[in-house]
Amino acid sequence: MTSTAPSLLTELQLDALTELVNLGVSKAAANLREMVGAQVHLSVPTVELVTRGRAIAILAERESNNLVAVHQVFEGDIGGRALLIFPETKSLELVRAITGGDLPLEDIIELEQEALAETGNVLLNSCLATIANMLHRSLKMSLPEVLRGNAATFFSLAPPPEAGDVVMFLYITFAVRERDISGYIAMIMDMPSLTALTHLLDEFIERTAG
Amino acid sequence: MTYKLLIVDDSKLARMSVAKAMKALYPDWERVEAANADEALALSSDALFDVALLDFNMPGRDGLELATDLRKAHPKMPIAIISANHQDEIVARATAIGATFLPKPLTETALSGFLKTALDQIESAKR
Repeated sequence: MTSTAPSLLTELQLDALTELVNLGVSKAAANLREMVGAQVHLSVPTVELVTRGRAIAILAERESNNLVAVHQVFEGDIGGRALLIFPETKSLELVRAITGGDLPLEDIIELEQEALAETGNVLLNSCLATIANMLHRSLKMSLPEVLRGNAATFFSLAPPPEAGDVVMFLYITFAVRERDISGYIAMIMDMPSLTALTHLLDEFIERTAG
Repeated sequence: MTYKLLIVDDSKLARMSVAKAMKALYPDWERVEAANADEALALSSDALFDVALLDFNMPGRDGLELATDLRKAHPKMPIAIISANHQDEIVARATAIGATFLPKPLTETALSGFLKTALDQIESAKR
């Protein structure tokens, strides 16, 4: 539904951004594989310029149940937020996989918050650091925060959007089939960042293919 | 003699990046690009490629599935699977198909190393 938003990125810029996200998430998936001890399957990333409402709808269409998310804000030449999102029912399974699987349920529940924050931290940092390195910029990342809610609550977090209602929405699905774990990595960026992003992407394209 | 290289990646930028490295390494090689597995298979049925570079994570069939198909028709062709996703299972599947796993972003050094080995294989197969 990119038609609802102005096409701010050229085809090649969008291609470069998708490739960057692909690199970042692929590295993060390799880290997650080490943590859970089983193969992590990834989808091809989707990058869209959409309204905030449409981004919420895209996620809500796929997951209507209660969700849990690990959330980190990133700042620098570009800013936005990155989220690792799971259906709430899968989050305990993730913790179980990471802790080795022989802990009693009450311990897993007790560890859940911390384990989710740490997993999110590793995955999101790995993903964002790869992207930042490829763009030759540094990004400051906040501490991970575990949130519970739905697509609307995650994408309407404070601080409110600085300008406009259009966001860059990136998402990718991942699954650990052996452990019945699946979720999403999503990033949203507001419009002021997008202008800076186009310059960074042009530099990246020049370095990569120029 | 000139060789023919198949480059398969859904990202145009990634294909451009390989082309840039090839211009520096082997400017006389013929490069043919495909954006997905189906396109690559159609091209490979029309023309004989000496070497193939395949992206792993693509819409439709992934690079490992494509490598399996290419391998059936061309048992000796050197094939590289390129990905930032260096999970053991993916690297192991690449090895099982007889393909080389190369990390993304692809460096000129890594590509050069792979192509040198590939050339040795091609030449020794002729002998």
